[in-house]
Amino acid sequence: MISMNWVKDYINIQDENLEELADKVTKAGINVEHVIKTGIDNVVIGEVKTCTNHPNSDHLHICTVDVGTDTRQIVCGAPNVKEGLKVIVALPGAKLPNMEIKKGSIRGEESLGMICALCELGLEEETPENYNKGIYELPNDAPVGKDAFEYLGLSDILYDLDVHKHKNNDARYHIGFAYEIGTILGKKVKLPEANYTEIKDNIKDHFSLKVDTENCTYYKAKMVTDLVIGESPDFIKNRLISAGMRPINNIVDISNYVMLEYGQPLHFFDKDKLGDKIVVRQAKDNEVVTTLDEQDRKLTKEDIVITDGSKVVAIGGVMGALNTDVDDNTKTVLIESAIFNATNIRKTARRLNLRSEASLRYEKGLNFEYTDAALDRACFLLQKYASGKVLSGKVEYDNEDKKVKKVEFTTDRINSLLGIELTDKDIETELNKLDFEYEIKDNKFIATIPRRRLDIEDNVNDIAEEIGRLYGYHNLKNTMPVLPTKEGKLEHSFGFKKNVSKRMRSLGLNETRTYSLVDKNTSDMFYKDRNLVIIPNPMSTDRSALRKTMIPSMLDVIKYNKSRGLKDINIYETSKVFYGDFKEENHLAVALYGNYISNLWQGKIVKNDFYVLKGIIINLLNYLGLKNRYSFVESTEVNLHPGVSADIYLDRKKVGFFGRIHPKVNKDEIYVLEVCIDDLDINTKPLKFKAASKLPNIKKDIAFVMPISMKNEDVIKVIKHSGGRLLTDIQVFDLYVGENIGLENKSIAYTLTFEDNNRTLTDEEVMTIFNNIIKEVETKLNIKLRSM
Amino acid sequence: MKEKIKSLKNEIELELNSVKNLKDLNEIKNKYLSKKGPVSELSNGLRDLSIDDKKVYGKLITDFKNDINNQFNILKDKFETEELNKKLENEKIDISMPGVNIGTGSPSFVEKVIDDASDFFISLGYDIYEGPEIELDKYNFEMLNLPKDHPARDAQDTYYLKDEDLLLRSQTSPVQVRVMLNGKGETPIRMICPGKVYRREDIDATHEQEFTQIEGLVIDKNISLSDLKGTFDAFVKHTFGENTEARFRPSYYPFTEPSVEMDMSCIYCDGSGCSMCKPKGWITISGGGMVHPNVLRMCGYDPDKWQGFAFGMAAERIAMLKYNMPDMRSMHENDLRETINFDRKEVK
Repeated sequence: MISMNWVKDYINIQDENLEELADKVTKAGINVEHVIKTGIDNVVIGEVKTCTNHPNSDHLHICTVDVGTDTRQIVCGAPNVKEGLKVIVALPGAKLPNMEIKKGSIRGEESLGMICALCELGLEEETPENYNKGIYELPNDAPVGKDAFEYLGLSDILYDLDVHKHKNNDARYHIGFAYEIGTILGKKVKLPEANYTEIKDNIKDHFSLKVDTENCTYYKAKMVTDLVIGESPDFIKNRLISAGMRPINNIVDISNYVMLEYGQPLHFFDKDKLGDKIVVRQAKDNEVVTTLDEQDRKLTKEDIVITDGSKVVAIGGVMGALNTDVDDNTKTVLIESAIFNATNIRKTARRLNLRSEASLRYEKGLNFEYTDAALDRACFLLQKYASGKVLSGKVEYDNEDKKVKKVEFTTDRINSLLGIELTDKDIETELNKLDFEYEIKDNKFIATIPRRRLDIEDNVNDIAEEIGRLYGYHNLKNTMPVLPTKEGKLEHSFGFKKNVSKRMRSLGLNETRTYSLVDKNTSDMFYKDRNLVIIPNPMSTDRSALRKTMIPSMLDVIKYNKSRGLKDINIYETSKVFYGDFKEENHLAVALYGNYISNLWQGKIVKNDFYVLKGIIINLLNYLGLKNRYSFVESTEVNLHPGVSADIYLDRKKVGFFGRIHPKVNKDEIYVLEVCIDDLDINTKPLKFKAASKLPNIKKDIAFVMPISMKNEDVIKVIKHSGGRLLTDIQVFDLYVGENIGLENKSIAYTLTFEDNNRTLTDEEVMTIFNNIIKEVETKLNIKLRSM
Repeated sequence: MKEKIKSLKNEIELELNSVKNLKDLNEIKNKYLSKKGPVSELSNGLRDLSIDDKKVYGKLITDFKNDINNQFNILKDKFETEELNKKLENEKIDISMPGVNIGTGSPSFVEKVIDDASDFFISLGYDIYEGPEIELDKYNFEMLNLPKDHPARDAQDTYYLKDEDLLLRSQTSPVQVRVMLNGKGETPIRMICPGKVYRREDIDATHEQEFTQIEGLVIDKNISLSDLKGTFDAFVKHTFGENTEARFRPSYYPFTEPSVEMDMSCIYCDGSGCSMCKPKGWITISGGGMVHPNVLRMCGYDPDKWQGFAFGMAAERIAMLKYNMPDMRSMHENDLRETINFDRKEVK
């Protein structure tokens, strides 16, 4: 939260409309989420013109009050109200902390407002004591009709900034924010006063400093004595409240005030509770310290601690220890202004769950120039507002990398990155606004980044960003990249998967999207020879592993939809699955439940069963150009119905399986398929035209009676072999089981097609082949032709 | 002879006038036109006539036969049509009964968005890539200018799988890293990479542990931030309609510099503000910027010679906005009553 009253100390924005300025700030990169006006509307300065006793009360008064716009009657109960007094009047519509003022009447007398005590305005605590002070009496020269909060210096405009998204530290402290506004408006910043006098006594006679860790690069301390603890002046209290901090006493408040000015956290130690030295070092594992919030904190060697040689007095950059805190009896303080390693602070704060105002600032990194400035400013304020005497000298340690960041760039390069057309002169204007020093050499700019701007790296893109945000991204044109024309391509595997997916949809299956993260206890249904990839740090057990099979997810979808009354559920999904040593594969899963195609009133139904799913997978495999390369064998998957399931082989490699889910897994009749898409993505022959025969063909029907256990496939194999070249097609057209052929038997009927592309076949030659087929089948398989 | 013909004609026509159906017609036909019927007998009478008379009466008889046949055929046609119409009348069905339920083949919401975005970017010459979901920390973070201790890593809570090296990708940017490394600092790049990403965070109406990113990358010699804006503007017009506008605001991402928030004008209100837009009148749907020189360098492209833009968005968010879906979790519920409606072409 940034107080604009405060910012006004450092930059002249007296004439700016702060709503419009907020918009400019947002457009330039720091998002002002809200512009908040403090104070209460409809609270004005009034003058009591007449004051008489209320006829129906022993303590109320009837006053006429001039409120600027008019003179009105107000009933007031305060003992100190009298004619001629300048007072604070809340007019009807004013929303006070505990009530909203309305027109009304009090014991029969009209009252058009309320004359207020400070506690009624939320400016003092509401205690009986404060209430008894009565209404607040303003000086005689207070201008009637003016906004009372503004008159009291309590009206402020606050910018609520979204600082999380930005790297720019300037959003976190008032001087920084003044620089940001200076950049936008092209105005200069004036730093606050920090001149103080020193007494002869030197800090070095009281303290020695030793820094024993590379995680503290800069450490400065000064000592202030003879302090008088008391309340802070109003401006400090009001500003701290505006920024969301509670005023405590002048010493503590000054520490916070300077942090909000310069962004540099300070720590005040009570000198009398310290030994005679300061040692900065890494903590020891399991070292314990009680912090200011009275919590015991267990440290590790990753944390930075400040010690006085014998005890830990602060967790560096995070929080001070209770043992050396400033209290009501503090007379002398040691002021620490230091820089600690940002990453260390972030880790410590995270681990201890202790994100303090200090740690938040250390995490972002700090500029050593302000470490010095803040220290001096604190001495100045302690001298001025706490009667402190500043000892001469500093204890100091300096191992800070002070390399200055310089960036060399051309105007062309900036224009090329942003797609705009600035001149050298324009760039100079922007650099001046940014307060970046620069020189021009051989048509190149060499800009020096101010130390304040830790967020800017020494590359041209960072300069382009600064110039771009001042130019205004909303002012960029819409252009398209000027590039050679080129075909946009799908990466092979992506395109392949898309083809599979489209085919599934064209076959009437609906795509689902289920989680890859699953419960490690329910994901072992298939691929039992593969190990699950377990999540080491899961948030819940239902997301504790990566799935190796998609079927459990598909069963969940069926369950979900079934419970919502759906009867026909035909779904598919393509997704990665994971197993073993962090391997991943693309899989296709299908699940069918209910009917595949139906028109119930006609009694026309294609009910989902093994053969529907077989038709779907064959359709897919043929579409992918894999005809004649796949085969199906009885499945070995234990969670499929042992008699109604098949494994899919492609070029003799198992690529998947399908069939009915085993009734012990799910009682419903559900058919599932899972296949590795990557395994289907193999080289195939190019697509070529094949002419159909123009000559008539001859069709012959034939049926064999065979044992139930015999496989159709075995019969077809013999037919095909004995039929030779002229037998071009075999279709099954009937399966019969009945008493007249014996219940242990079945009959399968086939239509055989004979044709030759070059000549018309004669009946005699077809009959010869046909008879040969019958003979071969009967003898080789020991089954009989069915008499028709 | 003439009288004979005339009286036979009258006799036949009299009968034809009263015939009612095809069966009776056939009977009349048999009676008169059979081989031994009266019409054939007329021809027999010609035998006794002179050659000249044969010619004259022969013609008369032929004309008479043709005339009678013609009349029979006309009536036959009439009766046949009547009978067919009657049959068709009996075959009339109730066309309001339901048709066969041929299965729908609906894509998932996310797939629909990815397909649509892919079509758009392919038309601009972009290639579509995918990559592994189990990634190296190096590709997911380090080479994107997010070294091990970078604060921005805190914001993306990540599922690590093995030590600090192997993770479930928290963004699809590692695919871009892989394509850049493949390009060896020599090949221009124009690509998008849609795919699933994982975040270790609490689930609510707008957050999922698994969601889908569509990220894009263009690297060439003279690519600008204005080019990103134009491309994004064309994309929102393609996806949300011709009246949609693009706007950029400054932002921060470790992998781009300058970085921008990419807003489109609110599609739910006229810009005066509604529950869907924030900031007023605009909806942030994407982030992007110019590829950070460190990223270019680490991925083998010399930042003094190459430059380009990158952007990313969540397909789920696009779907929610485009189809007005209030809760991201419905993407994973797979309620077919909701999804089958998406077996439909888009309105353009």
